[in-house]
Amino acid sequence: MSPAAPTRRDEAWRYSDIVAVAAAWPLPAPESIIVPASGNFARTIVQDSGTIHQLDIAIGKGATAAIHVLNTGGEYGRVELNVTLHQGADFKLGAVQIGGGSQTLEVVTTVTHAEPGATSSQIVRSVLAGTATGTYLGKVAVARDAQQTDSVQSVKAMLLDRSATANAKPELEIYADDVKCAHGCAIGELDPMGLFYLQARGIAPAEAKKLMLQAFVAGVFEDAADEEMLTETALKKLGELV
Amino acid sequence: MLQITNLHANVGDKPILKGLTLSLNAGEIHAIMGPNGAGKSTLGYVLSGRPGYEVTEGSVTFNGQDLLALEPHERAAAGLFLGFQYPVEIPGVSNVQFLREALNAQRKYRGEAPLSGGEFLKVAREQAGALGMDMDMLKRPVNVGFSGGEKKRNEMVQMGIIDPALAILDETDSGLDIDALRTVGDGINRIMRKPDKAVLLITHYQRLLDYVKPDFVHVLDGGRITRTGGAELALELERDGYKELAA
Repeated sequence: MSPAAPTRRDEAWRYSDIVAVAAAWPLPAPESIIVPASGNFARTIVQDSGTIHQLDIAIGKGATAAIHVLNTGGEYGRVELNVTLHQGADFKLGAVQIGGGSQTLEVVTTVTHAEPGATSSQIVRSVLAGTATGTYLGKVAVARDAQQTDSVQSVKAMLLDRSATANAKPELEIYADDVKCAHGCAIGELDPMGLFYLQARGIAPAEAKKLMLQAFVAGVFEDAADEEMLTETALKKLGELV
Repeated sequence: MLQITNLHANVGDKPILKGLTLSLNAGEIHAIMGPNGAGKSTLGYVLSGRPGYEVTEGSVTFNGQDLLALEPHERAAAGLFLGFQYPVEIPGVSNVQFLREALNAQRKYRGEAPLSGGEFLKVAREQAGALGMDMDMLKRPVNVGFSGGEKKRNEMVQMGIIDPALAILDETDSGLDIDALRTVGDGINRIMRKPDKAVLLITHYQRLLDYVKPDFVHVLDGGRITRTGGAELALELERDGYKELAA
């Protein structure tokens, strides 16, 4: 028998749409990806239909993995990554979530630096309107021997309406003593003076907002093989929100 | 071209403009001078439609149109340009992209065909060159990391590209060194000193007026125009100060 569906008491599901999770339960086993030593792996995940993606990724010695996520569709969409880095491995995540209406969108990551000298970088940008909820839960765990770990988390959310919600929880669990772990987190609204400046030059309010939001998510998809498609899809979704 | 009649406006609950009347004809350059807190910047913001600046009484017509009924972007398309006292930084949006979108939005509003990338760059290069700004700066995000003087110069480049009928320039001279002041002054003359255009220069000091000679000088004090004269009034103000004038 599969375990019971999670409840809000489970930290990793605390902000989830529990009804949608229960309906999807039991989930299939997570997709398992093993990147061999010195290998390179890249994956683009476009979540546009209200599904739960779970990936377990083990990155071998000196290997790299880059994941780009565009989380936009359905009432409830979740992308969950469980990443283990071996010696000198590198992990990059660039994620954009764009939600309106009553959508709940989540990116949940656990990045474990199991061995020395690995690097990880996570950039997450959320744009939320209506009563949408956007969540990033990101745990970086550094094992006792994983010296010279270098990890970065940059998390920002933009609320287009006061009724939208952003949750951001970068979390560090460090057992080594020679590591660099940076994390930054900001939740804000579009700068009204910037919007007025654009409008005073002739740009209509919706277009002005779109231009500023485009700038907000710019750069996240850099280096992605599908950069153009991801940017275009994101812009289209932004256009629907403003 | 611009007819302001008995204009009253509040910022929040505070009345700032208290019955301002002013008329600008095509071909004229007007300077508005006045002490701090007189309502000079408020006038610029009210005319360009900044949210939070509420008109409580009076009217403004621009080329026969009720200006106050238009949204800020519609006012721009109708030919009004506000040169900001503090140009805003917009991270992530390049000057070139911003200006092309702005210009084409205005053209679309007026029923004109958009400029292609190439056509736009030609205009942008001309205007930037005339104001001594290199193209690399035009490719950078709007005003981000620009010095005070570069921001003001950028406002003039924007004005050159957009080519408005009426420019309201809010302390465009502040933060400029002497050379930049001359460049900006030359820019204003070149772009706006034309029979079908008008300028409202908002300034504290006489020095910009050495380069851009106004046809009329108005003193704004306590939310209304208290005196009007020719270019010589600015010199008088510079010599005697506003207090002396009020006495």
